[in-house]
Amino acid sequence: MMIETENICKSYGKIQAVKSWSISVKANEIYGLIGPDGAGKTTLFRLLTTVLLPDSGKGVVAGYDIVKDFRQIRKEIGYMPGRFSLYEDLTVKENLQFFATVFSTTIEENMHLIKDIYSQLEKFSSRKAGKLSGGMKQKLALCCALIHSPKVLFLDEPTTGVDVVSRREFWQMLKRLKQEGITIIVSTPYMDEAEMCDSIALVNQGEFLRIDTPNGIVSSFDKTLFSVKSNKMHQLLNDLKQYSNALSAFSFGESIHLKVNSPTIKQDLSSYLSDKGHSELEIQEIKPNIEDCFMAMTSM
Amino acid sequence: MLYGNDFNVIANVSKVIYKTKHINSQLSKEKQNNKTTMTNDDIIQVKDLTKQFGKFTAVNHITFNVKKGEIFGFLGANGAGKTTAMRMLCGLSYPTSGKGLVAGFDISKQQEMVKKNIGYMSQKFSLYEDLKVWENFSLFGGIYGMNRKEIKDRTDKMLKELNFENERNAMVSSLPLGWKQKLAFSLSIFHNPKIVFLDEPTGGVDPITRRQFWEMIYAAADRGITVFVTTHYMDESEYCDRVSIMVDGRIDALDTPQNLKNLYSAKDMYDVFLYLARTAKRS
Repeated sequence: MMIETENICKSYGKIQAVKSWSISVKANEIYGLIGPDGAGKTTLFRLLTTVLLPDSGKGVVAGYDIVKDFRQIRKEIGYMPGRFSLYEDLTVKENLQFFATVFSTTIEENMHLIKDIYSQLEKFSSRKAGKLSGGMKQKLALCCALIHSPKVLFLDEPTTGVDVVSRREFWQMLKRLKQEGITIIVSTPYMDEAEMCDSIALVNQGEFLRIDTPNGIVSSFDKTLFSVKSNKMHQLLNDLKQYSNALSAFSFGESIHLKVNSPTIKQDLSSYLSDKGHSELEIQEIKPNIEDCFMAMTSM
Repeated sequence: MLYGNDFNVIANVSKVIYKTKHINSQLSKEKQNNKTTMTNDDIIQVKDLTKQFGKFTAVNHITFNVKKGEIFGFLGANGAGKTTAMRMLCGLSYPTSGKGLVAGFDISKQQEMVKKNIGYMSQKFSLYEDLKVWENFSLFGGIYGMNRKEIKDRTDKMLKELNFENERNAMVSSLPLGWKQKLAFSLSIFHNPKIVFLDEPTGGVDPITRRQFWEMIYAAADRGITVFVTTHYMDESEYCDRVSIMVDGRIDALDTPQNLKNLYSAKDMYDVFLYLARTAKRS
């Protein structure tokens, strides 16, 4: 195991940010910590990167104890915090140089790790970091976190506020880094990114909901899910919520996902909606995605 | 005009009062000098709107209209020019060239009237965390020149709609994030604006609250408030009546989600976005 925690807890005053979490991250996997703001993701990252001390519980990163061996851990990890935390008044090159020097290495030594990403930054190498666009800042921050060839990379919400195209590119970069043998733990509020991870932990308001592979989580969904469309979508949502067999109904882009106990009610559903005046009905049984599962777990 | 009357309830807002009075005097001047009225059913009319920063053209001759009561999705990749365009529409930045009317006011000449007639909510800042729930309503109402009775009635009504009556005296900082976002949206339409600008209102919000938030958007649109919204969630773009997609400072696509999908033979809005964003030259 590259990271292991046992009943780790952290509170801020009365607020329990992380309630007794036990996670195991295998070497060389991409581990996703998935949940909305306020779930406890950043707190866990700060505990594991030795920036915060736990109230109780244990944690081990790359074989070192997060309390006793914090000095060793800091040498072994790369950490990209959620907020841009590079030196805005240093240039791109100077930032990289600085982080390389702090970790007693050189940019050249680990160029192979960052080459792909750095090549997109190179034309701005003499620009001050504070003057870069959001996407470029993100790439520079990733380069700086990688410059000492860490064993474990901590990425705290690297894709928040980033458009879908750049998000997809970012995940492709992570897959390449994985091939270099780096273990990656990444947090995100975007449920669709869960599918890019080897293992995921779903978290919400300090609680652990479930840890599994993305497929494991999806297959643990034990109800039936229908995707429903009609000519009157807004009314459809209200009608589905009123439907006696409905366990839940949520909008999902151009259709509505209806959770029910059994697929056998399809005919009943169809006549119920026709009676309500819907036409052009499309009712299809579908496989749930991670977002369906997350909502099923949090709406109980 | 009743500016300032309601601020005695809140300590340390002298700066706001000063600023409000200042705006107030500007408003009356603008009212006298300009008699621009809407000529049709469009709440936003933009023609060749352009913004340059030095040699860089952030917004490049965009032309579009938004209809009254519409939910209008304003999409684009990071750096495409959305924020710059939105700042001009909200009266926060002067256009380099081109024209725009928002809620009947000229965005180049009547910026204070624009600000008074719109609502705005951003993901980053929307509420005063160290004020109570009712104090936030009171402050916003006061800034927009509502009188004490209006503020009280509307606060009661909105808290009831939100089911937040028990939280009236709670500090905003103590509320869960999802509640804060709902509260922030209510505040942005507290003064009954004709149009509300929502800048990534659902970023980082849990999936259930995100959907409840969209139900609030629908309810506002049903009451006739026009909603101008940006988002990085492609499923949310499907909930808009029409969607525009900016690429390199231009609006490269504008239509209903269904028509856009047909036009680009795409299975969903994600594919439409991907197709257009890939044509971008600048980063």
